[in-house]
Amino acid sequence: MLLLECPYCGPRAEIEFRYGGESHIRRPGPHAEVSDAQWADYLYNRKNLKGEHRERWLHAAGCRRWFNVARNTVTHQVLAVYKMTEPCPLPDDTGAPVGDPSMTPGTAMGGAA
Amino acid sequence: MTTTLFRTGSGGLIDRSRPLRFTFDGKSYSGLQGDTLASALLANGVHLVGRSFKYHRPRGIMGIGADEPNALVGVRRDDARYTPNLLATQVELYDGLDAVSQNRHPSLENDRMAVNDRLLSRFIPAGFYYKTFMWPHKAWDRLYEPRIRAAAGLGVAPDKPDPDSYTQRYAHCDVLVIGAGPAGITAAMEAATADARVILCDDRAAMGGSLLSAASVTIAGKDSSVWLDESLAALARMPNVTLLSRTIAFGYYPHNWIGLTERLTDHLAVMPAGRPRERLWQVRAKEVVIAAGAIERPLVFPGNDRPGIMLADAARTYLQQYGVSVGRRVAIVAAHDSAYRAAHELRAAGIAVVVIADIRSRPAVANPPDCAGTRILSDASIEGTTGKLRVTSITLSAGSKRETFACDTVLMAGGFTPSVHLFSQSRGKLAWDPELQAYLPGQSAEAERSAGACRGRFALEEALADGMEAGRAAARSAGFATGVEVHGPAVTVSHPIGEGGHIGATSSSKGAKDKAFVDWQNDVTANDILLAAREGFISIEHVKRYTTTGMATDQGKLSNINALGIVSEATGRTIPEIGLTTFRAPYTPITFGSLAGRARGDLFDPARVTAFNDWAIEQGAVFENVRNWKRAHYFPRPGEDMHAAVARECLQVRKSVGIFDASTLGKIEVVGPDAAEFLNRFYVNAWTKLGVGKCRYGVLLREDGFILDDGVVGRLAPDRFHVTTTTGGAARVLNMMEDYLQTEWPDLRVWLTSTTEQWSVIAVQGPNAREVLSPLIEGLDVSAEAFPHMSIADAQMCGVPMRLMRVSFTGELGFEVNVPSGYGAMVWQAIWERGKLYDMVPYGTETMHVLRAEKGFIIVGQETDGTVTPDDVGLAWAIGKAKPDFVGKRSLARPALAASNRKQLVGLLTRNPQIALEEGAQIVSPSAPGTSIGHVTSSYHSSVLKKSIALALVRGGRARIGQILHVSMPGGSIPVGVVAPVFFDPEGKRINV
Repeated sequence: MLLLECPYCGPRAEIEFRYGGESHIRRPGPHAEVSDAQWADYLYNRKNLKGEHRERWLHAAGCRRWFNVARNTVTHQVLAVYKMTEPCPLPDDTGAPVGDPSMTPGTAMGGAA
Repeated sequence: MTTTLFRTGSGGLIDRSRPLRFTFDGKSYSGLQGDTLASALLANGVHLVGRSFKYHRPRGIMGIGADEPNALVGVRRDDARYTPNLLATQVELYDGLDAVSQNRHPSLENDRMAVNDRLLSRFIPAGFYYKTFMWPHKAWDRLYEPRIRAAAGLGVAPDKPDPDSYTQRYAHCDVLVIGAGPAGITAAMEAATADARVILCDDRAAMGGSLLSAASVTIAGKDSSVWLDESLAALARMPNVTLLSRTIAFGYYPHNWIGLTERLTDHLAVMPAGRPRERLWQVRAKEVVIAAGAIERPLVFPGNDRPGIMLADAARTYLQQYGVSVGRRVAIVAAHDSAYRAAHELRAAGIAVVVIADIRSRPAVANPPDCAGTRILSDASIEGTTGKLRVTSITLSAGSKRETFACDTVLMAGGFTPSVHLFSQSRGKLAWDPELQAYLPGQSAEAERSAGACRGRFALEEALADGMEAGRAAARSAGFATGVEVHGPAVTVSHPIGEGGHIGATSSSKGAKDKAFVDWQNDVTANDILLAAREGFISIEHVKRYTTTGMATDQGKLSNINALGIVSEATGRTIPEIGLTTFRAPYTPITFGSLAGRARGDLFDPARVTAFNDWAIEQGAVFENVRNWKRAHYFPRPGEDMHAAVARECLQVRKSVGIFDASTLGKIEVVGPDAAEFLNRFYVNAWTKLGVGKCRYGVLLREDGFILDDGVVGRLAPDRFHVTTTTGGAARVLNMMEDYLQTEWPDLRVWLTSTTEQWSVIAVQGPNAREVLSPLIEGLDVSAEAFPHMSIADAQMCGVPMRLMRVSFTGELGFEVNVPSGYGAMVWQAIWERGKLYDMVPYGTETMHVLRAEKGFIIVGQETDGTVTPDDVGLAWAIGKAKPDFVGKRSLARPALAASNRKQLVGLLTRNPQIALEEGAQIVSPSAPGTSIGHVTSSYHSSVLKKSIALALVRGGRARIGQILHVSMPGGSIPVGVVAPVFFDPEGKRINV
């Protein structure tokens, strides 16, 4: 069971949290300028990374706040925890999954989560 | 006290003044307090304890701990308390213990399935079931598999509910030390002395590990037993130390989360009432010290599985810890110096050691002066053994000479395999040590370190010092100062453990007549593994699955390394090239009870009940589960079935009035200056122009454009909305609102509060609803003019604050009375009393479903299935067309979601009004009977309309109104007419009264 550091409450066991999938996904808009392909990409395509991943977590049984976690999906090492309104504090190394660390906030998953 | 023939005169940690009676396979024996079932059986001369899995060969006790592959027993306390597949080496003896052997028909001594070994074994080699039982295909299910399963197999699970209770505990500590042998004890002591909070756990009843069987050993100038007692007493006195015996660390999970199970009562003759049987510890440790010790390795040679053939250091431990002689005439086959230690100690107890056959060239320790009378062979080859139910001889050759030695016991000293299971579970990388010929912990993945024999430090002085260093390092890493360096205690040992070891099969195994076992529990032989290699199974993971080596309940604790050695030799690759199968939790089998803990029965998945639950029970309601809610399904009167009750309830609501518990609907209060804008972006509807005091039916989509939820939203103030959701969708909708508000629109000033449990909701529906309610309402005019359909207002009822909504899910004049839940029952009673004047009926969810279907109102999850758009179910009118955006809007413009031949909601009528369609039934067109064009979503008998009605999703359905289609029914397909999906009062006159 992971130990995650909620930015609002401190370290808590994974059982208090809910996973929310990949983070830093822009909800494209305005609609008139979004192609069907772009929209489908937003709806359905995720990186599903093996390695360093930026992902959303909800402290569901705590403060109920969403936040971001940079986690290695192989080792479970937590590289960083940061608020939805903050950029990823890690240096944006090549191949890092964050498309644009300055692009905040993350995006909701449209009820799919 | 009865004599037990194989108990020594003195020594051991058993209590000789406390004899215990026990039975094994119905026969009565005597043991001593402090025995395990295995040591007690051996003390009675019983080696034969089981039959093997596949060949049903007689098998004896082989080891002393969790690695035991043969001595699987069932222990029975009563009909419900029967635990199969326990290891006799781990079952602590208590007075009256009742144990039985497994996998024998009819008895251990005479097992008719042993024909598998004598006659059939050449037909059932490794992978036989992949080759042999291929044809005919149907016979697999009916004939082959049931027979194989009956012939093979382990114990039988009890068929009664587990009467015991189990408890669970979370714990935090600075240093968790796993294993209380020499290394674990010094590690715990060092960490605790540095003030770290320490948990020390050990799977056995007594802590001490190898020290419990140490003979003629001193530590720091004291006898080892004195040092052990003093150390454990010192640890017990420290307030920052928790000692957990009978506690096995079974799983190592991410971020130093360790699962332990503590056995609390299994060792007691009388189970104390009310005490839990086991406690599951879930420990989050800052640092972990693994001091799990090592597992003795058997040797692979022909006939190495007869009862009486066991591990050498296990035999030595039975002697030192339990005062048990494993036999009278012992032969030892050796690849490790520990054989000589065992020989010394057995001889000192008066046991004849007839021969030590060392497969190595004569080692330095092979000529001790006190070994007179014991033949010592070097470069020996083990040719075979004899004996039916117990070994009677062993044949050895050295050089050109071949000799047979009569014996009743053969001990195997194959060396020691470090127990790296937990380290490997923690995802640490194992490293092959070519000198030790062992996998050792390499790079760590977690904050842990191994100490002692589990990382190859086998000698006692090394283990003690290694534990100290690990304990100090762990404490330092956890943030504690550890002071100046100290050295491990001085140790004197009369017979050191020594070195050596062999991996793989011994030379005589190839081509031998008798089987040379690698995995005793799964009956895998050296030849099976060679066969797998010949057939091209090169990967150890494939060899494992093909031969099943290492796949039994012992998970290959004894067998994996030897299997690797055989594959290595057969393929000419080194062991690290072949790799290792993955170690997985649990380390040893654990009970489901400990994992379930208190989450059983009523606490497994707790039911939610409304304030009217007791009332509904009194009225004889039949309930249904909706998610966790208990909802009244219908209220039968004496003699009524569901059909009759629902028919009556429906008629009475339409004729006069009914009362319905709507409390389970989700309720969310949405408040703030941007509340209307938030709802604009969230629901498909336009909310800006919704007036205060008005309600609107809202439809919520997922971002992919499909309906997720629906409900009525009322505006109480410009900045305050009362949002209702479906019963099942309440949590989902709140979660999604929070998600969007925090991650998509954090600029909006909106606060969300779940109020589902705060309000009790009483729906009063029917032409007389206003007459029933209006005298009870204080401070609100509910006339048709002042309070029209889709109104909302705060007022009072029975002196209680009330939020009244004029809404209808029945098509009748209707109100929903929201009152604080604590007052719900009182208000319900008041309305109920008043309703009696109008013959008001209570109705349940089934009547609610029928009434709404008569009106063509959808139920999310019944008419929708996650692929349905608003237009599909005729709700396009709800969409705020002028809005630039809302959740799901862009998806509705995708070509597939705007296509004209999508499935659309229609009504279906059968020709025979008595026949109700099956929900879920497929619909076809007579012109293309092979292709489904839709399905029935809802179907009921309507007592109001005196016919059956159905709703359906049909491809291009709105254009098919008036057509005849066919619906599959159990007796064949029947014709149905397609109609508009509103069967009753299509103009909606009855609502607006």
